[in-house]
Amino acid sequence: MNTPRAATPSGAAHGQHLLTQMLRVRRLEEKCVELYSAAKIRGFLHVYIGEEAVAAGIMATLDPEDAVVATYREHGHALLKGVSAGSILAEMYGFQQGCCRGRGGSMHLFDAATRFYGGNAIVAGGLPLAIGLALADKMAGRSRVTVCFFGEGAAAEGEFHESLNLAALWQLPVLFCCENNLYAMGTALSRSESQTDLAVKAAAYEIPAWPVDGMDVLAVEEAARRAVDAVRGGGGPHFLELRTYRFRAHSMYDPERYRDKAEVARWIERDPIDLLRATLEGAGRLSEAEWAKMQRDVDAEVSAAVEFAEAGSVEPVDELLRFVYSEIRSP
Amino acid sequence: MSIMTYRQALHDTLRAEMLRDQNVFLMGEEIGVFDGSYKITAGLLAEFGEKRVRDTPIAEEGFTGAAIGAAMLGLRPVVEIMTINFSLLALDQIVNHAAKIYGMFGGQAKVPLVIRTPGGGGQQLGATHSQNIELYYAFVPGMKVVAPSTPADAKALLLAAIRDDDPVLFLENLSLYNTKGEVPDDDTPAEIGKAAVTREGRDITLIGYSRMAHVASQVAEQLAASDGLDIEVIDLRSLRPLDRGTLIESVKKTHAAVVLEDDWLTYGIGAEIAATISDGAFDYLDAPVRRVAMAEVPLPYSKPLETAALPSADDVIGAIRQTLDAVGHRRR
Ligand SMILES: Cc1ncc(C[n+]2csc(CCOP(=O)(O)OP(=O)(O)O)c2C)c(N)n1
Ligand SMILES: [Mg+2]
Repeated sequence: MNTPRAATPSGAAHGQHLLTQMLRVRRLEEKCVELYSAAKIRGFLHVYIGEEAVAAGIMATLDPEDAVVATYREHGHALLKGVSAGSILAEMYGFQQGCCRGRGGSMHLFDAATRFYGGNAIVAGGLPLAIGLALADKMAGRSRVTVCFFGEGAAAEGEFHESLNLAALWQLPVLFCCENNLYAMGTALSRSESQTDLAVKAAAYEIPAWPVDGMDVLAVEEAARRAVDAVRGGGGPHFLELRTYRFRAHSMYDPERYRDKAEVARWIERDPIDLLRATLEGAGRLSEAEWAKMQRDVDAEVSAAVEFAEAGSVEPVDELLRFVYSEIRSP
Repeated sequence: MSIMTYRQALHDTLRAEMLRDQNVFLMGEEIGVFDGSYKITAGLLAEFGEKRVRDTPIAEEGFTGAAIGAAMLGLRPVVEIMTINFSLLALDQIVNHAAKIYGMFGGQAKVPLVIRTPGGGGQQLGATHSQNIELYYAFVPGMKVVAPSTPADAKALLLAAIRDDDPVLFLENLSLYNTKGEVPDDDTPAEIGKAAVTREGRDITLIGYSRMAHVASQVAEQLAASDGLDIEVIDLRSLRPLDRGTLIESVKKTHAAVVLEDDWLTYGIGAEIAATISDGAFDYLDAPVRRVAMAEVPLPYSKPLETAALPSADDVIGAIRQTLDAVGHRRR
């Protein structure tokens, strides 16, 4: 990699910003679990608890004009891309105030206004779409970046390989972010891949790729900045393998017999929020009062989002047949 | 005879067939260590080992194709695709290969493959996870598609599918896994391509399969009690081959039919059935064949919209009344 190393912003304010972002995702996800238990949220629910440093670190390096594509574990990505917590929760309530009018649900969040081009509930389904977004930007000569998040489980699908090849062949401005949390449902990486070093797979397509400690948000941000700058500068696709872990079950139904409790406990010791908080406190960049205020602010945001969702309403049933075909002609 | 769930019937039949025939083996995502996404294969890895209960990566096209290749050499793979929605990623291998190899190569290699997969909406899983697209496979010559609605049929049709020499898509349904019923102890396979008249009647024929076979029975019972109607119910059990004879004979007796389907209306299974009846029993029909199907939208997550989109018992009752009105009009 010979792209110049871009400076990562430092200082208390920036560190606290990253901490806040991770905390926002954490608290929103905890609320989702609670609301699921209360049957306010239905369908499948996959939470991102433990993996927050990945989305927070990468999003910190993006411009509003950059695009994001994610998976069904995407509430945090949507939130950090700028979709409001209220419209995310309202979506999961199935209400028309939700980002997709209640038609998508937890696995299918989408918000064109913030260039959040979707959760995607088909494993690896987001990769071809992401390279298409990047292709359109490249064809129009815009210097935007498309970031595509996907789990390591997606690396087994043909769509993963076709997309990496096309992106490299056409030198598309896309950053592939593989969220390697070591399991795809109950399948450990080593039970699903002959080559478990995912960066090597990307390198086979001539895509610059490297692994990153996905529990350390500062490391994620630094790697992402380097990669995003390179992509934006015309360096073609890049690939990050973010080594992370999900602290909870795959979805709400999962007895977790495929991994042992000690392993989970070891990873929880490296909780990304605790890690950054300790770093900031150690460096005198986060006072107790600041931490307390941060928590209050985040709690207030989540409470307001719940209130917003609670006050929502379902789309009238007589609108059922809308949105099958375009309602407004393109100019 | 024992009473068991649809899930248990599938599990026990898979196990029995693996014990009976060494060539039967299982492949699919999460079927082993995880015990199956819907627990159909629970315990089978422990009993039969990794050679015959193969967990796969998330690679539907790859492992379905691998099963086809293995079947060509005489093995009898039973592949689980987590839900029918993900079978779309294996469409090429199923349609271009499994269904074609025997015919295109002049009968030289058989493909005794079973693909087990559940369909079903109504669980608020959203548009990508709620589809009933068995029709895609029923469209293809070379494929067989069966769809049991009861635990007894789950057993008999699975036995038949595994012992069949051609590729069979075996359609399960998320909402049926916990339903219970009597299951015979003997292992007599069903005849693939044979529908079942599950209730005899003279006034009108209701035709359904999988979940909709239950809706048909419920409606028939309900209207017998409330209106004294004598409704015949046919559970298709097999979409390809389609038991045209049973459909035609029934309509010759009842002179009217309503088809229930859990998928989109246009070009659906109901259209094929209506055409079959019009071909074979046109002179006997006293009313057009009506179809009750899903609204033609990607299924919304929102509960009221999802409920409105899915065919309901009330929709069926409405269609029956309209049909019988038309019959009365004709007979007047
Ligand atoms: C094509 C396809 N096959 C199977 C599934 C079912 N499924 C949903 S999530 C999942 C595991 C994905 O694991 P990974 O990509 O590692 O993402 P993670 O859940 O760990 O974030 C599977 C198999 C699916 N949604 N799409
Ligand atoms: Mg994973």
